[in-house]
Parts: sequence; structure tokens; C-alpha cells
Amino acid sequence: MRIFDPHIHMTSRTTDDYEAMYAAGVRAVVEPAFWLGQPRTSPASFLDYFDSLLGWEPFRAAQYGIAHHCTLALNPKEANDPRCVPVLDELPRYLVKDHVVAVGEIGYDSMTPAEDTALAVQLQLAAEYELPALVHTPHRDKLAGLRRTLDVVRESALPPDRVLVDHLNETTVKEAKDGGCWLGFSVYPDTKMDEERMVAVLQEYGPEKVLVNSAADWGRSDPLKTRKVGDALLKAGFTEDDVDQVLWHNPVAFYGLSGRLDLEVAGTDATHEGNSILRGAPKTDPEPAPKSALKTDPATTEA
Amino acid sequence: MNHLHDAPGTPTDAAPTALAALHTRLNSRLDGAARAWLDQALDEAAAHPGARGPISVWELRIAEAGRRCGPEHAEAARILLLHAARADAATLARVYRQGTAAERRAVLEALPHLVPGPDALPIVEDALRTNDTRLVAAAVGPYAARHLDAHNWRHAVLKCLFTGVPVNAVADLPRRARADAELARMLGDYADERTAADRPVPEDLYRVLALTEALTESGSESGSESGAGPTTSASEAPTASPHPGTPTGKES
Repeated sequence: MRIFDPHIHMTSRTTDDYEAMYAAGVRAVVEPAFWLGQPRTSPASFLDYFDSLLGWEPFRAAQYGIAHHCTLALNPKEANDPRCVPVLDELPRYLVKDHVVAVGEIGYDSMTPAEDTALAVQLQLAAEYELPALVHTPHRDKLAGLRRTLDVVRESALPPDRVLVDHLNETTVKEAKDGGCWLGFSVYPDTKMDEERMVAVLQEYGPEKVLVNSAADWGRSDPLKTRKVGDALLKAGFTEDDVDQVLWHNPVAFYGLSGRLDLEVAGTDATHEGNSILRGAPKTDPEPAPKSALKTDPATTEA
Repeated sequence: MNHLHDAPGTPTDAAPTALAALHTRLNSRLDGAARAWLDQALDEAAAHPGARGPISVWELRIAEAGRRCGPEHAEAARILLLHAARADAATLARVYRQGTAAERRAVLEALPHLVPGPDALPIVEDALRTNDTRLVAAAVGPYAARHLDAHNWRHAVLKCLFTGVPVNAVADLPRRARADAELARMLGDYADERTAADRPVPEDLYRVLALTEALTESGSESGSESGAGPTTSASEAPTASPHPGTPTGKES
């Protein structure tokens, strides 16, 4: 089973997780920028975080044979802190980077005017930079939040078929689907969705435009939930093709809208081809490092 | 092995030929659309260098080089763009600071071609502080060979051994390692530490050690006082762990 986890916060996870994910079939992830638990107080800490999502974290992922991409944004919660909002001015120079495959997570947390503004501005940025958008739906007052989200999307320059509405459940899936969006489901140990309910939703709505993610982060969460959903689907009688559509093809199709998806895992071998091109060094090895980093000795633990 | 950089001390003279060769090689590997994109991007960079607005056009081209030329050709394209934009040390520092890991690598690779003096050393030092082996490998290129002071250079070599960056990546290694008794001592101590822990000594360590000792035996400054030197022979040195999922934590 090959798996693309379209929403997981690897910054908060360990190398044990990467190892277990690879063993479970995960070959690609998208890490959306989000709230770190401890509130930020300045744009500078966002910038270091964005840099990490474009530098260190993909390097870590590649060591375990997993392709890493990210989505960048000012998250809804921190959009309410005026000290953080100026990061919106820095976003454009990040949105042009290779491996940024969407604007996100944007959306609503408490449905404040500041969140209205941040959502509208960032949907506009997505349209301008030809990126899709990953939209988080609120945990509290969810259905009202979804409706308001869809209204703002309709008023934006971004077509709904370039929007992935995430954290859906039984009460919100129908309106999101009718709205023409991609449908994201986060499967958690206690909250959000679970495996059996996910099977039931897929039985009712079918696999089209449905993405399943673990949304694993620093909270109680499980980076292997994608695999567990895949197993539950097979057990419930879905075909391997259905599972492949939900766990691989749909995320590839959605984030592929960016034109920036690169699913080859770049070797972390220090002297990959890019190096030898410039140096004009004779190749002593017939090939540069195998694309999968599986033979390398991870060296990320030096303090 | 490194004919593009075999003229330490004359970076600006050597740059045009080396970069022209790089351009020719890149052109031969790009398809028509990518080549057209690159030609236009290089013209733009040459015509409008410097910083303009929130992001100047040539910096935008550097950002998108991977998806325009293919990830495997992005680095060469970025180096050529930096050259076309006549980026100086201050500009390179900004592009590095604002860059992804891949863009940062390109800046490091471009340094010997674009910066004659030591002004860009802070970029190299930043890269050497990372644990991203792609950056470390690019940081120990010809620019570091020319300008990095002895202490930082020795630590860079040791870091390569620690993190598994092949010392082939260290430019001008024989010249800088020659008769370096302090480097020999550090290597010997590291080998002892590995041996004491019953861990393999990197084979590259013995290569570098040989370079330090070659000319010190007959010299006044002896590297052999690292008599503390490694007791394991090179042939015994096991290879790196073949399994990706078992970081040994040995670098902690």
C-alpha cells in the first residue's frame, strides 16, 4: 500500500515516526504551516519555521525515503494576534519557492473579523501565485464555520476545485462536496474522525476528491492513521484501486495543481549530481546516490 | 578531480571559463522549453541585477528553477543566474538567508566564482553549523579552502567525518592538510573515541590522516605525537550502517 499523507506536522514528530511511516507505506507527505502550541509573538519566528519547512524537515524526511512538501500561511488562530499579522507581507517571497504546493492552513478558528481578513487575503495570494489552498475548518461551531468558509471561497478569485477543505466530518461533508471543493478528513485517536466512521463516509460519498490524513502533530495523534484507514477500507470490501485513489492519487492530483510536486526523494547523499555538475568531477560511482535515501546513514543527531 | 577550481587565489579569472563550461553542460541537458526559460532568465538577470521591489525578477527565477529546469538541473541554473545578476557578497548573503536548502546550496557553490575576498565567509560558517549534509558538503568547497581559518577548517573536516560527508567534497584537501599536526591530533583522538566505543572508524579518517602525516615525518613538526593515533587499521574499518532507520546517535 503506497500512502501520501496530505496533512501531517512532521516538525513535531520523531525519526522513529518517519521510520514507522516508511514501513507502513508512506512515501510522501505535505506539512502545512500551523500553530505550534506555544503562541508566536513576531513574524521572525514564522520565518524560521517556514525556512525549516523548506530546509531541515525535507532533509530529515528524505533520510527515511519520504518526499516532503509544505504549504505556507498565517494560521487562523495567530491571525488574531496583531504582532503576527505582518508575516503576511513576507509570504509572497515564500510562495514562489519550489516545494511549496499550496497556501495553508488558512481558514477559521473563532470566526473573528481578523480571521475573515487573513482568509480572504490568503485566498487571493493563492490565486495570484497559482497555488491551491488548504483550508482548515474550525473545531468549534463547525457547520457554521464551514458555511462561512464556503462563502468566502465563493467570493474569492480562487475556484473551489482548487480548495481542499479539511477536518471534515459527517455533519460537514455534504455541503463541502456540493460546494465543489476537495474533501479532507483528519483521523485522530480521540477527536475528529476515526477509521470506522471514515469507512462509512466513503461508503456514502465515494472516493472521488476525498483525501485522508493523520494531521499528526504535537498533540495526541498517530502518524500511522492513514495506513489504518487503508486497512479498514480493504476489510470493508473496498478494492485496492479505491484505496490507492484515496491514499495516493487524490493527494497527488490536488497538490499537483501547484505544478510543483516532485515525488522523487532527493538523495541526501552529500555529493549528489548537482555537486558533480559544477565541479566537473569524474564520477567514480556509475550513479549518484540512489534516489531513495535508504542506504544512507542518517546523520541528523549531532547536536 | 576538480579542474574548475584548480587555481586557488584567482577566483575571478577562473570564473568565466568554469561557468561557461557549466552553462554549456547544462544546455546540453535541458529540453527546449527549459533552455528557452533559462536563456530568458539569464538575460533578465543581466539586464536588471540588484534588488528591486519585494522580490526582483532574477530572484524569482532562482526560486522557481527547480520546476522550470527539473530538480536535478536547478543548482546549475541558479549558479548561472547568480553570476548573471553579478551578485556580490551582500546579495549572496540575502539570497542565502531567504533561500530554501537547495537555493542555499547553489549560493555556496557559486561563492568561489563570484566573491574574490573573504567577505562571504559568514555564509560558509552558517552552512557549517547546520546538520544538513548537502549544505556541509557544499560549504567545504574551494571558497572555504581559500578563506576559512585553520581552526574552523579543521572542524569542518572533522564534521564531514562525523556526518558522513565524503572528504572528496573538501576542496584542496591535500594542500590544507599537509603538515597539520593539530588536525592529525584531532583525527587520532576521534579514532580513539570511536575505537573505545567499539564503533567503526570512518575510512576517510585514515585518508586525511595520511595526508597530514605524509610530509610531517621528515619535517620538524611531527604529526606522530598523535602516537595516540588510531590502532585500528583502515582495512578493518566497517562501513556505515546500511539501515536508514537506525540512526546510531553517535554524533550526539
